[in-house]
Amino acid sequence: MIENRPILKILSHLILITGVATVAFPIWITIVAASHGEARMTELPLPLWPGGHFLENLDIALNQGLWGGDGTGVGFMLFNSMIMAMMIAVGKITISLMSAFAIVYFRFPFRMGFFWMIFVTLMLPVEVRILPTFEVVANLEMLNTFWGLTIPLIASATATFMFRQVFLTVPDELLEAARIDGAGPLRFFFDILIPMSRTSIAALFVILFIYGWNQYLWPLLITTDQDMFTIVMQIKKLLEGGEEAPQWHLVMMTTLLAMLPPVVVVVFMQKLFVQGLTETEK
Amino acid sequence: MASVTLDNIQKVYPNGFKAIHGVNVDIQDGEFLVLVGPSGCGKSTLLRMIAGLETVSDGTMKIGERVVNKMEPSKRDIAMVFQNYALYPHMSVYNNMAYGLKIMGLSKAEINERVQAVAATLELTEEQLSRKPRELSGGQRQRVAMGRAIVREPSVFLFDEPLSNLDAKLRVQMRLEIRRLQERLGITSVYVTHDQVEAMTLGHRLMVLNSGNVEQLGTPIELYERPASLFVAGFIGSPAMNLIDKKVGANGTSIALASGIDLELDSSKLKSYQGKDIVLGVRPEHLELATGADKALPLTVTLVEHLGADTLVHGHFGEDQTDLTLRQSGVQSVKAGDVLPVSIVKENIHIFDPQTERRIDL
Repeated sequence: MIENRPILKILSHLILITGVATVAFPIWITIVAASHGEARMTELPLPLWPGGHFLENLDIALNQGLWGGDGTGVGFMLFNSMIMAMMIAVGKITISLMSAFAIVYFRFPFRMGFFWMIFVTLMLPVEVRILPTFEVVANLEMLNTFWGLTIPLIASATATFMFRQVFLTVPDELLEAARIDGAGPLRFFFDILIPMSRTSIAALFVILFIYGWNQYLWPLLITTDQDMFTIVMQIKKLLEGGEEAPQWHLVMMTTLLAMLPPVVVVVFMQKLFVQGLTETEK
Repeated sequence: MASVTLDNIQKVYPNGFKAIHGVNVDIQDGEFLVLVGPSGCGKSTLLRMIAGLETVSDGTMKIGERVVNKMEPSKRDIAMVFQNYALYPHMSVYNNMAYGLKIMGLSKAEINERVQAVAATLELTEEQLSRKPRELSGGQRQRVAMGRAIVREPSVFLFDEPLSNLDAKLRVQMRLEIRRLQERLGITSVYVTHDQVEAMTLGHRLMVLNSGNVEQLGTPIELYERPASLFVAGFIGSPAMNLIDKKVGANGTSIALASGIDLELDSSKLKSYQGKDIVLGVRPEHLELATGADKALPLTVTLVEHLGADTLVHGHFGEDQTDLTLRQSGVQSVKAGDVLPVSIVKENIHIFDPQTERRIDL
């Protein structure tokens, strides 16, 4: 805005600050609650400033779990979630890169047919096909395994479509130059296409990692063994205390732990993420 | 080193469009052949067929003694320079040049030796070798693209309008460099361009293409002095040849230029055109200002272009509204509205049949 009107400036800042506060307040409460002892969390009014039990709560949440320690802290669930999210993100990227490569660079019968078939699966997320998918996973004896957790989520129309668009912007001459240089399809794929799609891959990795990390329904269905639980489903389970009151300080600490990896991924990959979504020059 | 032989090469696209109608040419070992023509004439298609990037619909293509019709581009022992350079954007200049050699399976030491030698030839510095293509200027990228081709030590170079993305000054400079390089390396080259100046200056021979047909194949001077068709006459030479519709006189040995002014020919080749239309072609540099009063044509000047070294005078002969160009060396003090006496010398005329559009030799 070129005009310099103080009132307008104050007003616009007010709106922005309100927005930031609305988003940030629940997170603040989570941090505050995670740093108080059990007793303080049952008193009213609820605290608005951090207390002194943060590290203690962290230790309990990670290593002991609820109610005096039944040996199931959430540490290994963080690990499970991490493996699941990584497998989903890496798997989705790998499969999508390959299918986009096939669709863009190879002439085979029903090429567009296959493309549209992949595209149509956008309308069929796990939630829609949950029963048949469960049946298949169960028959393959993949219940309570990382494969069962990840494989049904790996096929991705969105990523395939995105890589297709990226590959379409790669000039044909590059392919021709590579052919003259003697590069076969696989060499071209690994030496030229993948390095050129680097930023798009990074951007997609961020999105898919968070998607994988936040999975709730599917892990809930196919894991019955506690060793395979993920942290996101555990948050819900922490509230099912039966007769007892929920231990809010530990619930909040677990929530905080669950939020952390996606934040780390976003913060560290922010530059590539923005480049990948906005960069057009090849 | 190899010759390239095209024998009745044709290209038909799957939708039935015929892009190349049978091209025959025997490109000698070490020859520089330029394919020239307007956009859409099929020159790039023909080049890409030699490269193996387009399939050959019919005919036989040989590089050296090998028939290459169905051979992969990398097996043809060729190298190509693309219009937009097609450098790998994520690789350093060094790796761009080394990539093909790596795939060939050469040792690291040998790759390094070859790349350094080519870089020296093209005056690329060590520092530039480590840069990415996007950090180079257009001229430097062009050099790298050439370097990538040279480093392969191919039998045939293919150039697809390599200079069209450069500014005018750089284009002239690179043109000379390509010429020198080709002469020094002595590698058979095929060069595609739509720029007739580039074509004239670079090629040992030129092939003029027009909608998939070869209009003429010959040395630059042959094309300039004896254009085989109206198309070549209009295409080669800048500014273009003046083409005027005229009638052959009743005697069959003269052309009526204007009322009362006939151009007498010593030849009887026009006998069969008695009283018929022909197209008379005269190059702008061959229209002369008449000194005496002998049969001068009055050129009404409409526009004057001063180029410094030359002056281009545009105008028309009296009632005849055909736009003509006259080229005079030096700076001439002519202005629009002037009437200049112009004479046409019979040694410098070209005659074409308006129906077949072919040249009529005198």
